[in-house]
Amino acid sequence: MAFEYAPAPESRAIVDIAPSYGLFIDGEFVESSGGDLNKTVSPATEEVLAEYTQATVEDVDRAVKAARKAFEKWSALPGAERAKYLFRIARIIQERSRELAVLETLDNGKPIKETRDADLPLVAAHFFYYAGWADKLDHAGFGANPRPLGVAGQVIPWNFPLLMLAWKIAPALATGNTVVLKPAETTPLSALFFADICRQAGLPKGVVNIVTGDGRTGAALVAHPDVNKVAFTGSTAVGKEIARTVAGTAKKLTLELGGKGANIVFDDAPLDQAVEGIVNGIFFNQGQVCCAGSRLLVQESVQEELLDALKRRLSTLRLGDPLDKNTDIGAINSAEQLARITALAERGEAEGAERWSPACELPASGYWFAPTLFTNVTQAHTIAREEIFGPVLSVLTFRTPDEAVAKANNTQYGLSAGIWSEKGSRILAVANKLRAGVVWSNTFNKFDPTSPFGGYKESGFGREGGRHGLEAYLDV
Amino acid sequence: MSDRLSVFKTYKLYVGGKFPRSESGRVYEVTDSKNNWLANAPLSSRKDARDAVVAARKAFGGWSGATAYNRGQVLYRVAEMLEGRREQFAREVADAEGLSKSKAAAVVDATIDRWVWYAGWTDKIAQVTGGANPVAGPYFNLSSPEPTGVVAVVAPQESSFLGLVSVVAPVIATGNTAVVIASEKAPLPALSLGEVLATSDVPGGVVNVLSGRTAELAAPLAAHQDVNAIDLAGADEALAKELEIAAADNLKRVLRPQPVDYFETPGIDRMTAFLETKTVWHPTGSLGAGGSSY
Repeated sequence: MAFEYAPAPESRAIVDIAPSYGLFIDGEFVESSGGDLNKTVSPATEEVLAEYTQATVEDVDRAVKAARKAFEKWSALPGAERAKYLFRIARIIQERSRELAVLETLDNGKPIKETRDADLPLVAAHFFYYAGWADKLDHAGFGANPRPLGVAGQVIPWNFPLLMLAWKIAPALATGNTVVLKPAETTPLSALFFADICRQAGLPKGVVNIVTGDGRTGAALVAHPDVNKVAFTGSTAVGKEIARTVAGTAKKLTLELGGKGANIVFDDAPLDQAVEGIVNGIFFNQGQVCCAGSRLLVQESVQEELLDALKRRLSTLRLGDPLDKNTDIGAINSAEQLARITALAERGEAEGAERWSPACELPASGYWFAPTLFTNVTQAHTIAREEIFGPVLSVLTFRTPDEAVAKANNTQYGLSAGIWSEKGSRILAVANKLRAGVVWSNTFNKFDPTSPFGGYKESGFGREGGRHGLEAYLDV
Repeated sequence: MSDRLSVFKTYKLYVGGKFPRSESGRVYEVTDSKNNWLANAPLSSRKDARDAVVAARKAFGGWSGATAYNRGQVLYRVAEMLEGRREQFAREVADAEGLSKSKAAAVVDATIDRWVWYAGWTDKIAQVTGGANPVAGPYFNLSSPEPTGVVAVVAPQESSFLGLVSVVAPVIATGNTAVVIASEKAPLPALSLGEVLATSDVPGGVVNVLSGRTAELAAPLAAHQDVNAIDLAGADEALAKELEIAAADNLKRVLRPQPVDYFETPGIDRMTAFLETKTVWHPTGSLGAGGSSY
């Protein structure tokens, strides 16, 4: 007999969301010079969680001025003192991790299982890691006494709101920069809560400034003449626009953009583990991951066996209330993103690929998309070329390792790839030939603060994480 | 003075290991600092630039796949070949830059030494910029630098030889291939360098040298979808901005112009500017009774 799961919701009582938020500038929440209030909703229910401020060009200017003013003292602080602030932040995040996990799940729609076990531990670890660098920069391989750049303008996406904040703010602060950060318009809340963590940590005012708003706010920040460094994670189209904006200036730029990662399964792969890796690769965070393994390349001889096992596994995934601890697949982040995923999946069908989803009931309200896989996909199909950023897997096949490599590299992107094989020399040979910044062999979607992350080609440039991640914020 | 009539050299491009004229059939007059005619150099076209990219792309697999030791020996061989042509280059540099004999000789010596410096880097840069990452889990995680691909190089306008080599050598030392736009006013040392590269075991297409109008050649290279990066060393402020905007179209890695004293020993930044970091994760498994586990 099959046992039903009883509901196991995580309590949201641990989070106290204010009805309305201003901008965090120079150490305090302030009102906008005239920007509107926007609403942020829970994607799982469409319930309005709070109102936040659309920062204007004047607000951005005020934030940059505050960061500039704070830079002098912050950059002159002994590294060991900056380190202790960052260690404090890491610890406070650990203390408040359940609250932040619930908040992130509410605002983003991703399962509590992921915010609790992946996002928040990685956020704290990132601050802890870069804290330790702050007084050791002389040993980082960039020469003696490397200098910070100044004010960093940082624009982050909605898929890992607090984790992307950590990836941006931790190395910037460790190296002595001050920051103005703009969270995504659909997920502003965890960044606003982070402002409170800065308060608790006693961080000097102006070192971290949070300006909320849509793309207009981001554009104003990127174009601000007194910003010395621009860091952006998001779409390739916006990344290119930013690269054009900073052209001809002295602003240092790092971009972490889209991907169309190939997950390559050879016939000698451990298939059960490969199935888990494929699921993790494309359904983690509803596939809203820039390094998702959105193209499955399977060797023809094991195609049938693998797809059978994969479909069986997908039928056991539980989609629903993101706050339920047993939920595997949460909500899509926004109506806009859902529309994009829906349109691309329809395009896949229209172009002749074969669509399959497990029997899966979608909740009546909120933004939902069933786990979907496409077979009979060719390299020319839109769903094999464009980043879908949703729970949609395109399956292609190959016969030889050379063909697998050629297909994997046949993309404008170059962020991630996966290799499944039991043969060590084959793994190394294939990994060597893949034009991608992160390669996972016999695993997928693993992240660590010590491990540099970033893309080749149109997936952007620069690395986040590890010793490499310091370079983006140093005058080297 | 002997009354023998000297033999002039026809300066040609260096593309794909061959020495073509510009497909356009155009040339332009190159003069010395006192405006005396030195030679006619090919006035390359956009088509020449595109052909050079094709050659550079074709050469990339072999050159990036060669062992670092092999690349080091090839670069060192370039220095050996240059050493034998010191006088020729000293003459060309003196003419090109209006330098005295002794100053030009010093420039050439520094240039040869620059090749030797970079030759020694080929099998060390990965150890300096890569390494194992101590991730919190049962994984072996290694970051390694890899060449970014085809790099367009706008060579310095003033330092026609030392500056040229100082920007080309770091690009190819790490396994990239290059399409080089020589100094517009003083392209002859660059074109002669092609003759040295051709006899130094550098595979054809690894370095391609174009002469002509910098702006005319740089624009199609900056916009080219199969070029991965661009070094703007020899572009003025207005051109550099224009090229950087064009380069954004396929997100080329861009090295902006900066003041450089080419006599100084360089750092590694001209190499790292055109390196990608690839990080590979491998499960370490365990040695339990069940054998490996993921």
